[in-house]
Amino acid sequence: MAYWLFYFAGFIAIASAIMAITRLNASHALIYLVVTLLSIAVIFYLLGAPFAAALQIVIYAGAIVVLFLFVVMMLNLGRRSVEREKQWLLPGIWVIPSIMAGALFVVLGIALSGTQNEAQIAGSMIGPQTVGRALMGPYILGVELAGFLLLAALVGAYHLGRRYLDERREK
Amino acid sequence: MDVPLGIPFEHVIYLAIILFLIGVVGILIRRNVIFILLSLEVMMNACGLAFIAAGARWGEADGQVMFMFILALAAAEVAVALGLVVQLSRRFRTLDIDAASEMTG
Repeated sequence: MAYWLFYFAGFIAIASAIMAITRLNASHALIYLVVTLLSIAVIFYLLGAPFAAALQIVIYAGAIVVLFLFVVMMLNLGRRSVEREKQWLLPGIWVIPSIMAGALFVVLGIALSGTQNEAQIAGSMIGPQTVGRALMGPYILGVELAGFLLLAALVGAYHLGRRYLDERREK
Repeated sequence: MDVPLGIPFEHVIYLAIILFLIGVVGILIRRNVIFILLSLEVMMNACGLAFIAAGARWGEADGQVMFMFILALAAAEVAVALGLVVQLSRRFRTLDIDAASEMTG
């Protein structure tokens, strides 16, 4: 049963990702992105990574996409932006990038098929405890670097957003 | 729930490649900066999927650890990039990424 569930979720992920990058309305595209992220979370669970699936739902679909939605609502993109998107997204614009992406896919497919790697994923579930041990053991330096990165992002986002709020207050 | 048996490793990698290429095409065809960021999210998720598939293939936790680093990176990137989006729309009154190409050199 879970065997076809993987293909089902993968199909939904691909279809909704294609829908997400071709929408004219930003809010609709973000909803399609949520569908993509949730189906990838299902795949994570099927691959035996329940903690990663939970984090995918909580942080990606729950926090990052909501941040996107807040910004889209703050910028107040109306019907006018949909019209402008229609002008920007010309009918034949996707042909050459798709051909290039298809060529890249063929190259990667050849590289993959040459490895004779017919493994099947049948390991046991890797729970949060194991992941936490690895995270706080050999990867502790990476965790600290991630902390630095998040602090830098916090300072940067505050700096970029503060001037906007100040000028808004002056008006 | 028991662990499902027999998802071929290659098929998961193919799915990750397809999602990554959808993100690449999205970045190339869009001019709106919000859609470019959205495509970047799709690409980063594809990378995370490849990491988790590799971790599950060899039964190690390292794949999930790398996914967590990708998650932190995505959160940091989105926070800064959306601040830049707000600045872009405030200064140029548009979300066109080409409007910001003022630095001629």
